[in-house]
Amino acid sequence: MSRYFTEDHEWVDVDGDVGIVGITEYAQSQLGDIVFVDVPEEGKELAKGDEAAVVESVKAASDVYSPVSGTVIDGNAALADTPGLVNEDPEGDGWFFKLTLSDADELNELMDEVAYQAFVAKL
Amino acid sequence: MDATASCCAVDLARKAIMTDADIPDEIAIETLPLDAWHRARGGRMVPFAGYEMPVQYEGIMAEHLWVRESAGLFDVSHMGQLLFRSDEGADLVAALEAVLPADIAGLGEGKQRYSLLLAEDGGILDDLMVTRLPDANPFDIQGFYMVVNGATKIDDIAHLLEYLPDDIALNHMEDQALLALQGPKAVDALARLVPGVEALVFMTAGAFEWNGVPLWISRSGYTGEDGFEISVPAENVEALATALAAEPEVKPIGLGARDSLRLEAGLPLYGHDLDPETTPIQADLGFALSKRRREAGDFMGAARILAERETGAIVKRVGLLVAGRQPVREGAAVLDAQGSEVGRVTSGGFAPSVGAPIAMAYVPTALAVPGTTIQLAQRGKVHQATVTTMPFIPHRYVRAGGK
Repeated sequence: MSRYFTEDHEWVDVDGDVGIVGITEYAQSQLGDIVFVDVPEEGKELAKGDEAAVVESVKAASDVYSPVSGTVIDGNAALADTPGLVNEDPEGDGWFFKLTLSDADELNELMDEVAYQAFVAKL
Repeated sequence: MDATASCCAVDLARKAIMTDADIPDEIAIETLPLDAWHRARGGRMVPFAGYEMPVQYEGIMAEHLWVRESAGLFDVSHMGQLLFRSDEGADLVAALEAVLPADIAGLGEGKQRYSLLLAEDGGILDDLMVTRLPDANPFDIQGFYMVVNGATKIDDIAHLLEYLPDDIALNHMEDQALLALQGPKAVDALARLVPGVEALVFMTAGAFEWNGVPLWISRSGYTGEDGFEISVPAENVEALATALAAEPEVKPIGLGARDSLRLEAGLPLYGHDLDPETTPIQADLGFALSKRRREAGDFMGAARILAERETGAIVKRVGLLVAGRQPVREGAAVLDAQGSEVGRVTSGGFAPSVGAPIAMAYVPTALAVPGTTIQLAQRGKVHQATVTTMPFIPHRYVRAGGK
């Protein structure tokens, strides 16, 4: 399984043609206390860069974009009642949605962990 | 991920703000006396009212709840501190009553009052606190002390200079910092450093001293909690802030929690819930119009304001409890039963002490009755909300006569 990152601070774990998407530790630390998450419904078709989810902290609402194109197969239902999971474990239990990738080549345009950490270090 | 809306400038949102502000003749962002102090304590600095200010330290939610249970220290040095002094024989009371709808004549020494700077058409130019100084005060004048909003202070001063007679001196104290210590344990922490402050009651003020530093302290604030506002020379503010923050009850608190605390307390924020298009009646601030002044009808904008008071304004500021968990923020539309836009949300967000989203909005007076269900539209989504009386969290001021 490989993890890829976007410049908008999403991550996607890819295993075969299934990806799990969330926001990064850096993103949650910048957002602060998260009070609401709206994840996409199963079956939703997403193109790379589409607005896929909404995350709201005490201070701001932010869109989460899909790092890759595909079809949503699951949204993290736990976030409806426990949005704070995104603060506690953004790159684990605080995942947003799963999708089947329609174009694995898109992954080549994303950063790996090392490149993303270098990107964040410059912000 | 990208910030699409913001209640109070955060880093992700800040990028957008910085981009918007990236115009050639942008006004330089200034720093306040405690700038380094905030940064050393992990304050996340954002531009606000023309200054770099801390939006948060450990996190808005934790800071908010800490103020409600203990005491929080806020740097509000961006606010304008003004002194009004009359030269020999000038009628300072009459001069202030010409620009404020408050009974200044009846304001006793050391008594503080909430008031409004009104335009001739009755619109609100700013909201403020005014206090009559007793003979003993650190400013060495006879007259009045006023605190106005930071973002509006320059315009306020221009307005005041236009309307005040020439024999009234107005001094903007730019070398004076302002701290707020707010929360149920604020009195314990402050009285340890400055004995005697416990004798103040809500909306009174007095002269005190700390380590030889002259302080002007009022028992008032912007959180709905008991607390104090402390005017201190800028050169001494760092030492005082350090001493206050060393008290076990006290943590430094950022602008983010200041905003959520005042929203829960039902207190309007100028530039958001109040503006020159809004009158005191629309804003539900009728209490700021003193009885004597209403009866005399002799304040700025009185004709329109008193007519509205008689017949009712078209719109009114109300509190809203928003259904569900998603915050509805400033700018969201208020819809009537037919789906037409009839009002606007002017402040909104997740309320940490309520545990749910709340908002303030202007709605048609017919919909302003508590219990009325209305609909809000934000980014293509409709939210249900219920009009409710404010404050959302009961005020806990320490008033004269105990409670």
